[in-house]
Amino acid sequence: MQDGKSSISKFIYTFIVVFIIWNAFTWPGKFTDIQLAEVLTGIFVSIVLALLTNKFFSSFGLKGILPIKILYFVQYLFVFLIALIKANYDVARRVILPSLPINPGIIEFKTNLKNDFAKMVLANSITLTPGTLTLDVIDDTFYVHWIDVTTEDAEQAFKEIAEPFEKILLKIYK
Amino acid sequence: MEILKYIGYGLLIIGGIFLFLGALGIYRMPDLYNRLQAGTKASTIGAMSVILGVGFIQPDWLIKTLIIVVFIAVANPLSSHAIGRAAYKAGLKPIMKTKMDAYEKTQNIQETKEVKL
Repeated sequence: MQDGKSSISKFIYTFIVVFIIWNAFTWPGKFTDIQLAEVLTGIFVSIVLALLTNKFFSSFGLKGILPIKILYFVQYLFVFLIALIKANYDVARRVILPSLPINPGIIEFKTNLKNDFAKMVLANSITLTPGTLTLDVIDDTFYVHWIDVTTEDAEQAFKEIAEPFEKILLKIYK
Repeated sequence: MEILKYIGYGLLIIGGIFLFLGALGIYRMPDLYNRLQAGTKASTIGAMSVILGVGFIQPDWLIKTLIIVVFIAVANPLSSHAIGRAAYKAGLKPIMKTKMDAYEKTQNIQETKEVKL
């Protein structure tokens, strides 16, 4: 899979992302205040970082910034933010109620995602959504600590916990 | 830019409340895994909201605070996963009402491997 073409594409992709982050950190507040020296240093640092890390940083290269993928990513962000707010309401309710309504257990389910980065995103999202915490990911099986186990069946648990995220992630990381 | 300032103060207050609830959760929950649940979620949104609030009060820093917020959203669940997994490997059994522990069987395989080594 590691041919020269995709390696260059990965390098450019990493360079763009690192350079954007550099500029965001050194943003002076106004467009006219940007210092040339800072931008040049940023280009240099970005090239060095992109050379060193492009193998690990990106698995798709420039395909990762196709507009359709960015749109799906924005959609994912909205789904995730809503889930995050729900999760915090849920935790707040459980913590404040004097009866402490918890029914914990560890369940497993399988995911259809193949890409490692996508699995990491899914695992992180599961941790931040209501009542669940990813303990481990072995190959394509997720082990999730669930604060309120409503079903012990893997399929059913997958539907309740991961499906809305996985649908979008499958579109991004085919 | 007065409105931005008030949004910022609102976010600071919300963040403070959630950080407090996270601390309360860590105090009240019965075992480590449930404590991690409360600690991770509440402290993630608490820290995110406080940092974003600072960004709104001081608009020059908004972009920087946004990057820090993204970093927290990525790093916090990762660290809680590491703590939970390490605790399980160290032999800390979770409190279960349903007796549902799917993770246990993988654990035994790995343990026997480690003993042989």
